[in-house]
Order: sequence, then C-alpha cells, then structure tokens
Amino acid sequence: MNPINEVKLEFVSKSSNEAFARVVAAAFVSQIDPNIEELADVKTAVSEAVTNAIIHGYENKVGLVKMTCKLYEDAVEISVTDEGKGIEDIEKAREPMFTSRPDMERSGMGFTVMESFMDKVEVVSEVGSGTTVTMFKTFSSVRGKNNAL
Amino acid sequence: MNIRLTNRGNTLVAALNGELDHHTADYIRQKLDAEMLKSTTKNVVLDFSKVTFMDSSGIGVIMGRYKNIQKLNGKMSLAGVNERIRRIFEMSGLLKLMSAYDSIDEAINKM
Ligand SMILES: Nc1ncnc2c1ncn2[C@@H]1O[C@H](COP(=O)(O)OP(=O)(O)OP(=O)(O)O)[C@@H](O)[C@H]1O
Ligand SMILES: [Mg+2]
Repeated sequence: MNPINEVKLEFVSKSSNEAFARVVAAAFVSQIDPNIEELADVKTAVSEAVTNAIIHGYENKVGLVKMTCKLYEDAVEISVTDEGKGIEDIEKAREPMFTSRPDMERSGMGFTVMESFMDKVEVVSEVGSGTTVTMFKTFSSVRGKNNAL
Repeated sequence: MNIRLTNRGNTLVAALNGELDHHTADYIRQKLDAEMLKSTTKNVVLDFSKVTFMDSSGIGVIMGRYKNIQKLNGKMSLAGVNERIRRIFEMSGLLKLMSAYDSIDEAINKM
C-alpha cells in the first residue's frame, strides 16, 4: 500500500507549536475529506504525541520535533519523533494513569487518549536517543468515497 | 484561550473559552489558583461550553484544582461538556470525582 501523499514537518519544541502541529495534521488529512469527528480524533492524538515530545522527550529544553504524515485513500499514518530522553519501560508508560511527572500535574492519560482516538499506536524508543510514536487511523466515513483519486 | 470569572454567591463560575492544551494550561492554572485563594470562593463551576479543543493537559489542570478546593472543603463541578471532552473525562475517571451538568444554573443549584 503506497501513500497517495506525504508531508514532513520539523519544528522547535515550543508549546505554541502544539496547536500548529495538530492544525497542520488536520488540514493535510482534510484532502481525503473525513468527517469532523474523525478530524478531531486526529487533532487530539497529534496534540498528545507532540506534547509528550516537548515535555518528556526534551523536558522543556530546546530540540526539534519531527512529524511525518502519510495519506492513503481512506487512512492516515502519522509519526512524531523527538531525539530526547527516551522511554525506559514503554509498556509501563502506556498504562492509563501512569505518569513520570505528577509534579507537573500530568495525568498519565496521553497514550490512552491516542489509543482510543486512533486505530493503532506504535512506540519505538531508546533511552538517550529519543522516541517515535506512529499512529494509524482508517476513516470509515471516507471508505470508497475517493476512488477517483 | 481565555477565562471569564464570575462570582455567584460563594460559587466561582469559570468560563473557559478556546483551546485547552499544554500551552494554554499554565495561564488557566494561574488564573484559577489566584481566584480560588480568595475567601469569597467556596465552590467552583468550570464552564466548558466554549471550549473548542481539549487534550489530556486539561485533565491535569482540573485534577490539580480539584485537589486544592477539596482541601478547603469546597466542591467542584462541570457544565457544558460536549461529547468529545466528556469521553476524555470518562477515560480518566474524572467524572467519578465530580458531576457534569448541562447548564451553569443546574451546576450551581446542585452544588
Ligand atoms: N516522547 C517521550 N519521551 C520520553 N518519555 C515519554 C515520551 N512520551 C511519553 N513518555 C513517558 O510516558 C509517560 C506516559 O505518557 P502519557 O502521555 O500517557 O502521560 P503524561 O504525559 O505523563 O500525562 P498526560 O499526557 O495525561 O498529561 C510519561 O509520563 C513519560 O514518562
Ligand atoms: Mg502526555
């Protein structure tokens, strides 16, 4: 399955770029015309992944966050990468309510939100080199609608 | 994101407007904390009817304020929560700690 379109975005780890990244992802995905609910799902999941890169990956220091979006006829794959701290125990990190930063009033729900709004969430991470979160979602409202593409 | 604060008796009504994420959470946290320290505030209603986006950062802000108000023997409830935001609240167990009402008036009456 080859993507019909692809976009790559690189931005500094500033919290003001969280809104920017999720709007870019939603605008890109809009090309295949998913419904409002599905677009909001993508926006929320991207916001979680990018926020994690900024606060956990780079621990609010300066770094580059990369986002890649691959568009298919009725689906999208979005990867968010940081070259920050990395995750020691991925399984534990993905558990609902697990947070390493309760001091920052984090609730430990980011991965749970990503998993419930997207179909698949994959995490690859290495301590000291960084983390890539790849999320996949099929838009059921789009299926069969874009045969002309 | 901005926030409008109104006092209704000893209940502080905080109407949030815009997108609540990690970037805007700090500002909302500061505004709420400053107001909640005032002796006129016993209970808090958070009005979500004009919140156009929220991610898990919102849960952190609410949980944090909830803990503070509880220490002062006050209560907290929510109003105007849309389907999507409700889903995130449900995931986090937040609705086991506080109720969500359709309107601000209902939230105040049932406080
Ligand atoms: N990009 C990352 N780099 C390093 N650690 C990460 C990264 N993403 C997540 N983590 C780790 O996984 C944990 C769980 O992440 P999750 O997003 O579920 O919760 P949280 O960010 O702590 O809280 P919330 O998202 O509810 O504000 C984090 O506390 C952190 O320890
Ligand atoms: Mg998170």
